[in-house]
Amino acid sequence: MKPWLTFAWIAALRFLAEGRMQSGFILSGIAIGVGVIVFMSAMLTSVQTNFTNRVLTSQPQIQLLAPQEVARPLRRHDGVIEAAIVQQPTQRILSIDQWQTILAAMRARPDVVIATPTVSGSALAVRGDASRSIGIFGMQPDDYFRIVRVPDYIVAGNSDLGSDDILVGLELAKDIGATIGDKINVTTAMGGSRTLTIKGIFDLGNKGANERNAYVALRTAQSLLGLLGGVTTIDLTVADVYAAETIAQDVQATLPVEADSWIKTNAQFFTAIRAQNLSSALIRIFVGLSVAFGIAAVLVVSVLQRSKDIGILRAMGCARGQILRIFLIQGGVLGFVGSLAGALVGAAALMVWHRYARQADGSELFPLYIQPSLFVSSAALATITGVIAGIVPALRAASLDPVDAIHG
Amino acid sequence: MADLLALEGIRKSYNVGTPVETEVLHGINVTIHPREFVALMGPSGSGKSTLLNIIGLLDRPTSGRLSIHGEDTTQLSEAALTSLRGHTIGFVFQYHYLISAFTARENVMMPMLLDHGRPDDAMERRADELLDWVDLGKWRNNRALNMSGGQQQRVAIARALAMDPLLVLADEPTGNLDTASADAVFELMRRFNRERGTTFLIVTHNHALADRCNRIIQVVDGRITEDRINLLEGHSQ
Ligand SMILES: Nc1ncnc2c1ncn2[C@@H]1O[C@H](COP(=O)(O)OP(=O)(O)O)[C@@H](O)[C@H]1O
Ligand SMILES: [Mg+2]
Repeated sequence: MKPWLTFAWIAALRFLAEGRMQSGFILSGIAIGVGVIVFMSAMLTSVQTNFTNRVLTSQPQIQLLAPQEVARPLRRHDGVIEAAIVQQPTQRILSIDQWQTILAAMRARPDVVIATPTVSGSALAVRGDASRSIGIFGMQPDDYFRIVRVPDYIVAGNSDLGSDDILVGLELAKDIGATIGDKINVTTAMGGSRTLTIKGIFDLGNKGANERNAYVALRTAQSLLGLLGGVTTIDLTVADVYAAETIAQDVQATLPVEADSWIKTNAQFFTAIRAQNLSSALIRIFVGLSVAFGIAAVLVVSVLQRSKDIGILRAMGCARGQILRIFLIQGGVLGFVGSLAGALVGAAALMVWHRYARQADGSELFPLYIQPSLFVSSAALATITGVIAGIVPALRAASLDPVDAIHG
Repeated sequence: MADLLALEGIRKSYNVGTPVETEVLHGINVTIHPREFVALMGPSGSGKSTLLNIIGLLDRPTSGRLSIHGEDTTQLSEAALTSLRGHTIGFVFQYHYLISAFTARENVMMPMLLDHGRPDDAMERRADELLDWVDLGKWRNNRALNMSGGQQQRVAIARALAMDPLLVLADEPTGNLDTASADAVFELMRRFNRERGTTFLIVTHNHALADRCNRIIQVVDGRITEDRINLLEGHSQ
């Protein structure tokens, strides 16, 4: 017997060890339950983290746009509508009114980290016989590339943009058969036309973006889109990414711009995440309940099997509280050991998943984010669940009458 | 010499307050003195076990007084009774001998462990000494289930003696053993009583064994019908 253990611990561990079969079965049950929770939680966290990271490194957290033009019905001065059918206005590319003032106001805000103007619109990229419609983003690389990290995704060339340079995606380059140093012609519906040199080719990991996105210097886009001196958006990043929507609403309320936060533009994602988190919480609760009932069932049977032992111990001067403790400890130990095994099962499942669930080209679907706190909290929760599950059996054991227990 | 144990008007009813309420002990008066080796005899169902459980503080009488060393125990709390029981009384039962999850030595250590809370070397030494004394030193690391009934009962005796109790209560300790083992078990208790002066109260149906006790109490239908000093003690063997 180990001198550092107290009587209740010694008895609890011996009883568990003696009831090997029961202990083994319930431990397997707990391990599977906890394993599922660990696996599921890690996947959910990874999906969320990856999505958030991707969104936050590939798009601004808030975009300021010119307010949409709205057509109003024409009224006479007595209020009667003269022209009842109102045509939607064509949404021209509009510059933000007084964008310099707004930009300065944004840069002055302490909760805004970066504010940078951009000009974007559609264009046609032509090289020889090939032509593709593209979206051109004119921006100031110094600031803009801190928001959308295009330089991190450059696969050929570099991202040092001069006024006659352009960065294109991998797919576009393939489609029009161009490579670094090649010249392409870019024209817009506003009549702008420039011959630009491909300075770099990027792979954003998204086919659509690789086909459509093209980055040029701000002035180049302004001249192409006929917006000299104007900008279409002001892109912002903020200190607290989750406060983006509040900040956007605040900006929209005080300045003549429309402000869209990444939270609003990705509302569907957040709804999906909320639904997933809710269902994972439910799964957790139900797994927790089945673990609790499993432990309680095993301990109730154990109390019945050991009633003579309990009677003898009581006859030898063992207090009710000690008996109570023996069974609470058993519950806690089952929960704890089961959850450790479960953490291993979950981690193994994650590794297997990560090894075999691959994209067509063999690269990983997304990196796994496994937080140690997940294991700690699972173990702590399972231990507490075990102790709670042990309460009813333990009370039963402690309330056994020694005479009945010995002779019954 | 002061009485070790005094029972005055002990009554015990089962199923109190129900239609099947039955009184099984009808006013027991008896005094046990230190160093006595007492046989408690009587037909099955006469109330011997019930009486032993009350004396052993495992059960409370419905009425009457039970004093140990002149001190009334009927008013003590449950926790106080448990503690008093652990320190003053050792038990040997007929059927369930040992706790199977523990070795022979650990079983003998158990009452001391319950008292101290944690195991220590002194307990181990005391347990080994007792096991040697019941001639089972070699078996100390055996689990209970790997031993014969007689061996288990000898371990149980060693365990009952671990706390140096004032009184050992044995309810048909040899009832489940063959004659040779029964004799060995009985002889161990007799010897301990002689050498150390520990008081024993033993329920038995075996007249040959009862004749080796120095006092014989007969219980019939919940009443003491005979209580005699056995002057011929040991002479009938
Ligand atoms: N827990 C109990 N509930 C009801 N009746 C009991 C209980 N224990 C014993 N009895 C009854 O009390 C009487 C005495 O039993 P017991 O003390 O075991 O006798 P003995 O040990 O002399 O054979 C018997 O009639 C028995 O049926
Ligand atoms: Mg009996």
